[in-house]
Amino acid sequence: MLRQLEGSRAVAEAVALCRPQVICAYPISPQTHIVENLSQLVKTGQLAPCEFVNVESEFAAMSVAIGACATGARAYTATASQGLLYMVEALYNASGLGLPIVMTVANRAIGAPINIWNDHSDSMSQRDCGWIQLYAETNQEALDLHIQAFRLAEDLSTPVMVCMDGFILTHAVERVDVPGQDQVDAFLPPFAPRQALDPDEPVSIGAMVGPEAFMEVKYLAHAKQMQALELIPEIAADFEQAFGRDSGGLIRSYRTADAETIVVALGSVLGTIKDTVDELREQGVKIGALGITSFRPFPLDLVRAALEHVRRVVVLEKALAVGIGGIVTANVRMALAGIALHGYTVIAGLGGRPITKASLHGLFAEAIADRLEPLTFLDMDWDVVNRELERMGASRASGPHAENILRDVGPVAAGPV
Amino acid sequence: MFQVRIHGRGGQGVVTAAEMLSVAAFNEGRHSQAFPSFGSERMGAPVVSFCRIDDREIRVREPVMEPDALIIQDPTLLHQVDVFGGLRPDGFILINTAKSFDELGLGEFVADFRHERMLTVPAGELAREHTGRPVANGALLGGFAALSGLISLDAVAGAIRERFSGTVGEGNVAAAQAAHAWVAAEMRELSGAASA
Repeated sequence: MLRQLEGSRAVAEAVALCRPQVICAYPISPQTHIVENLSQLVKTGQLAPCEFVNVESEFAAMSVAIGACATGARAYTATASQGLLYMVEALYNASGLGLPIVMTVANRAIGAPINIWNDHSDSMSQRDCGWIQLYAETNQEALDLHIQAFRLAEDLSTPVMVCMDGFILTHAVERVDVPGQDQVDAFLPPFAPRQALDPDEPVSIGAMVGPEAFMEVKYLAHAKQMQALELIPEIAADFEQAFGRDSGGLIRSYRTADAETIVVALGSVLGTIKDTVDELREQGVKIGALGITSFRPFPLDLVRAALEHVRRVVVLEKALAVGIGGIVTANVRMALAGIALHGYTVIAGLGGRPITKASLHGLFAEAIADRLEPLTFLDMDWDVVNRELERMGASRASGPHAENILRDVGPVAAGPV
Repeated sequence: MFQVRIHGRGGQGVVTAAEMLSVAAFNEGRHSQAFPSFGSERMGAPVVSFCRIDDREIRVREPVMEPDALIIQDPTLLHQVDVFGGLRPDGFILINTAKSFDELGLGEFVADFRHERMLTVPAGELAREHTGRPVANGALLGGFAALSGLISLDAVAGAIRERFSGTVGEGNVAAAQAAHAWVAAEMRELSGAASA
């Protein structure tokens, strides 16, 4: 049914339709509305049977999810930012143990300096923790990806992270088609665990493994993600048949057929990029966009096939790998090994800085003229940066960067409000 | 695409106003996207919310920088915050106040815009009358429906009732109706003055 819902509410309803048996969560912006909504659905009995566990931390949230999933219960949690970092050790345990937990990451920056706004630093920091990572472009896709994620996770017995842009999606109210319970039941069978703790038939899960077998066990997580490269498109095709919506999959191309320039990105910024692409197409510019929905596993072959014919690739990413530059870029470059083309990394939108069509127009014009620096920071105020560099040069005791820069930019720059 | 920016203070229902406006548009079969200015909102701090309305899917995710309409819930913001920033020359302004633009010291500013699209409505007082509280967001949407013609009063009433049940909802609907009537009368007066 078509409804006008906040993204967080849409995701909460999608998760509830998947009949999780255990939900454990610790609130953190911008994830809070998702778990608040779920706690209400449990409290009112609309989601039953389900146990909602209020935990004392994100480490506990993931630990409870691991315990629940190991008993054969369908388990869900959600987090963001520092919360994701706080559960890192448990994240590796979930994937290493092959437990099909589904988790929403409401993408948010990581401090210091503390910042509650959106970027992809949190989930990107966990790209190698063994979880599948899917990135939603819209709230409809976020809703759809959660339904697909449970099936994917359980078919492979591996955990899945659904990443959606914090605030930009979680707090946006827009049209979503919420499926019926019978539709979701038909698409997602009850959880049939590959392993389950049962007091009547005791087994160990999580034994210590020495050098004689560690690599083999670890490899299996990789093998599952390679299987996911096949399974993700299959599930998306099944989903389309069942729900009538083309949602999910590994990658998404937009107006790329004859494109000379392709912009690669993840998540909600693809919408703004597509509108900009349309405006440039009207001017005759041969530009398109490539959205990467599945960042883990990374679809090397598909990305290569999508990009190998173009003259230049602009990878626009919402995270900065300090000391080298782009994270998505490194993966795209690997897909393009041996192919000579112009490649640009653009770091954009860190800590919630809006990515506007006006800025994208300027950026793409520079890219098309091949005037971009290999590593570009969209809308960076270099004067502010340079003044702090000067202060650092002038005195060993120049003080804290964040406070110096805040003093420099003044309260006016805090935004239009 | 029609873009609305709503200015108010934390606790005045600024985010809820954008949400209800988007629901009203949705209920009329249109695409709409409402979202807050993303910040650590506090009671009393300046807050901004946005609503886009279109007949096709809305993909853009940037803040509304060149609004077609401004709804200002708290006139004390007028001289603190650049509430008019980016307003399109043919844009609409609706301010929650019993004062006129001249009395607000905005007479000169408004001269650059289409004066029949610049109105004030005592939405807070109307809300107090009908709900017992001066929370103006619902009433302002009623006034905005009259001013812009973008959505119907019925759609606004439906959106308010979806958000608030019982007496709170009905009180806000009554306030929206009163504000709608107020703005409609003001517009008639203006067009009468123009044709006279």
